[in-house]
Amino acid sequence: MATHMEFYRHMALTLAIWLPIVFGMVILFVGARFPGAVRPLAAVGSGLTFLVTIPLWTLFHAATAAMQFREWRPWIPAFHVNYALGIDGISMPLVLLTSLIGVIVVIAGWRVIKERVPEYFAAFLIMEGLMIGVFCALDAMLFYVFWEAMLIPMFLIIGIWGGPNRVYATIKFFLYTFLGSVLMLVALLYLYFQAGESFSILSYYHLALGETPQILVFLAFLIAFAVKIPMWPVHTWLPDAHVEAPTGGSVVLAAIMLKMGAYGFLRFSLPITPLASHVLAGFMITLSLIAIVYIGLVALVQEDMKKLIAYSSIAHMGFVTLGIFLFSRIAMDGAIVQMISHGFVSAALFLCVGVLYERLHSRNIRDYGGVVNRMPVFAAFMMLFAMANSGLPGTSGFVGEFLVILGAFKVNIWYAALAATTLISGAAYTLWMYKRVMFGPVTKATVAGLSDITGRETAFLVILGVAVLALGLWPFPLLHVMNATVHHLLWRPGIRLVGGTP
Amino acid sequence: MPHIGPALPEIIVLVMACVILLADLFLPSRLKHLLYWAAQASLIGATVVAVLYPAAGHLVVMHGMVVADRLSTVLQVAIFAVTAVVFAYSRTYIAERGLFKSEYFVLALFGVVGMCVMVSAAHLLSLYLGLELLSLSLYALVALQRDSIAASEAAMKYFVLGALSSGLLLYGMSMLYGATGTLEISRLAIVLATLSQHNMVATLGLVFVLSGLAFKLGVVPFHMWIPDVYEGAPTSVTLYVSTAPKIAAFALFLRLLVGGLHGLSGSWQDMLVMLAVLSMAVGNIVAIAQTNLKRMLAYSAISHMGFLLLGILSVRASGYADAMFYAIVYAAMTLGAFGVIILLSREGFEAEELTDLRGLHQRSPWYAFMMLLFMFSMAGVPPTIGFYAKLAVIQAVVGAGFYGLAIGAVLFSVIGAFYYLRVVKVMYFDPPADDHALRSSRDLRWLLSLNGVAMIILTPWVGTLIAICQASVRGLS
Repeated sequence: MATHMEFYRHMALTLAIWLPIVFGMVILFVGARFPGAVRPLAAVGSGLTFLVTIPLWTLFHAATAAMQFREWRPWIPAFHVNYALGIDGISMPLVLLTSLIGVIVVIAGWRVIKERVPEYFAAFLIMEGLMIGVFCALDAMLFYVFWEAMLIPMFLIIGIWGGPNRVYATIKFFLYTFLGSVLMLVALLYLYFQAGESFSILSYYHLALGETPQILVFLAFLIAFAVKIPMWPVHTWLPDAHVEAPTGGSVVLAAIMLKMGAYGFLRFSLPITPLASHVLAGFMITLSLIAIVYIGLVALVQEDMKKLIAYSSIAHMGFVTLGIFLFSRIAMDGAIVQMISHGFVSAALFLCVGVLYERLHSRNIRDYGGVVNRMPVFAAFMMLFAMANSGLPGTSGFVGEFLVILGAFKVNIWYAALAATTLISGAAYTLWMYKRVMFGPVTKATVAGLSDITGRETAFLVILGVAVLALGLWPFPLLHVMNATVHHLLWRPGIRLVGGTP
Repeated sequence: MPHIGPALPEIIVLVMACVILLADLFLPSRLKHLLYWAAQASLIGATVVAVLYPAAGHLVVMHGMVVADRLSTVLQVAIFAVTAVVFAYSRTYIAERGLFKSEYFVLALFGVVGMCVMVSAAHLLSLYLGLELLSLSLYALVALQRDSIAASEAAMKYFVLGALSSGLLLYGMSMLYGATGTLEISRLAIVLATLSQHNMVATLGLVFVLSGLAFKLGVVPFHMWIPDVYEGAPTSVTLYVSTAPKIAAFALFLRLLVGGLHGLSGSWQDMLVMLAVLSMAVGNIVAIAQTNLKRMLAYSAISHMGFLLLGILSVRASGYADAMFYAIVYAAMTLGAFGVIILLSREGFEAEELTDLRGLHQRSPWYAFMMLLFMFSMAGVPPTIGFYAKLAVIQAVVGAGFYGLAIGAVLFSVIGAFYYLRVVKVMYFDPPADDHALRSSRDLRWLLSLNGVAMIILTPWVGTLIAICQASVRGLS
């Protein structure tokens, strides 16, 4: 038994990355000849991946901040690039989130996708593997390869299965994110030479860089991560991409891809350029507060449900960046909880819109009204997620926002006051949308013809509902696994982050 | 026969070219296809000889004319392989257009001999002879479709400008001779080391030599011929012009600038920075405005050559290896991209316009996917091999301390991504305008698939490929 565990420890991450990719490839190659096998293969692939990642949680040592499940193989010796993997308390929950969302996306696309079916599932499975790779990579170049490679399937997903304006949206998405990441590439190469020709991310943590290089490296990273999160003012690609993407694409974008930017801050910016992070913290906090307040107001006036949720995502991610750059333990915890929570809540909301869109082929709020009369079960689920999105206590949305606001209070009361406006605006735009879509009399003939959710739809809504409630009522397990890592991040020996409040 | 041993591959190709030329006169028309196989056999034979008897160390033979080292072996094998693929891709294409004549193969094989002489030149004279042999073959190849006005115009333009650049190169060489009193490249390096840093005649010679080389490589501002030649020539010839000769031209840079003029590296580094920036800028920006696929790939080639120069201008041994890797990867990507154009063309129809690719994904998902891989590889998006090539050269300039240049290079690559994406967009997101079934020979289909899959499947072995390049350039400077 012990040998099995050892074997698993050295294989787990490779399996989690390559299993979905291999399944995706197989689907791509055999899909045209055996169309009936595509969906079962996709289900098996994503299901197996999820099963493989579960022991990452159960076997995880929460007491240490060191990387676990490490793997190391030379890859490109000429550039000292290695196939180095490992996870800590921050990346492990994100890996699990990714594999869970992978399963949900497959269920969600089961019936909806009718054209180019093999390509659809293959793209999602390959992307799932690449996203897990981003969270596991300990080698900067490997990280970059995963990070960039993801653009190709996403480009196709939005462009092929998206809405009417999909081509514009997908090219905008690609170029924005590509532009962001190439500057990161230069920064990584700079660090490579500074670290004595090494791409090991962990070796960058011990570099003693001067203030100017730190700020430049920080800015290069910032462009890459800010575009991905996205932070105000480089957020404009997100509403376009979200609106045009198919439901599965929106789910993956909101639940996981946005988290990569925040993860990048935690993995790269904070530990590698601690000084610059402090110097520019005010700037980052300002951008985050603008995202929270201004984007919250923008969300209020949206007519398109997907666009509304997209803007709400930007506002919620503003909380994540705010929490990260307050340099307070509580806020940092809150930011990470918010990342996971937003993964569940935004995924669920996009799926809810998908459920409606599938029936009426409209995302416009005005085309609905009185849906609760025809779809009571669905209305109950959506109520839960709408509440979670507006941060109701008892749901996961509350935990993250509360912790971040608490942390902000200790730093500056004005930060907290501004951040807290989200409790009003968030509730306003979410519940107002909910009211207009769900309540009132049934006035439209199309709405009158609606039927309630099917078993398949119930399945994924139940999974996400349970997750939202579990994280909201009992966040301890999550806080527990990341405890040591966050502590280590904020109080690293030698580079104690100045100005951090305990 | 110790003296001609290292030149054996060239001799094989040359003899076979003459045999094919003669055999064409006597072969009945139903056996003409044997010409193709003879050409392939000569390339394979030359490859086998080059691989079986690799140069050990650094051997200069034939009265100081030819050098045999690992660099020449690796590049010769690459040239043979690329040319063999060119022949395989163009077989049906030229047959359908009445170009299936011995001239096509003979000229191409003479070009191969010229390229081999270039990559193993140890003397300015042999270097120039190889270059001219290649250039003359190319002029004639471009004009092969003699009834086509576009092809004749392209050939004329190419010839006039090419002759000018050869003149520049020759003039520069004569100045170098005047400054150093030698034409042997290794002696050149030794004598230059004794001269003062700012020897006027040598520097002036360098300027002329570099202009000539830049013309052959096709970098801005010596790029005028590239779009017209790419567009005007038959696609099978464009395929040839755009691949193997670039590898040979790259070899010239190494042999001359690094092997011979390393003492002037301070001067040529500055010049190369300028050429690289201009090429990346003009190539990538102008390509956006193109609607003709071949013209677009021409400008893309210009920008790629700018990237290639990044590796050389780092003036580091590892940078030369990176540039070499880039040259070979570039050849492989370009082969594939033009291969797809050939695949889509048929008798009486040239798939030259961007719109001809519309809806390719619905007509043939597999070849659309191959083209997607070529395009993302050219754009430098991981995990395709083009990314590692870009990574290599950008790493070289960062290592040499040119941070601004590195940032410029990555920004231009983002601009470039736009027009590569447009190709993917046209293939995947637009409805098909043309529902002819793709029909082409099986060898084209298989090779093209292999070519495309190689863009991504080689990823785990990138390290090995770069190690080969590094071993090749060792001991060069």
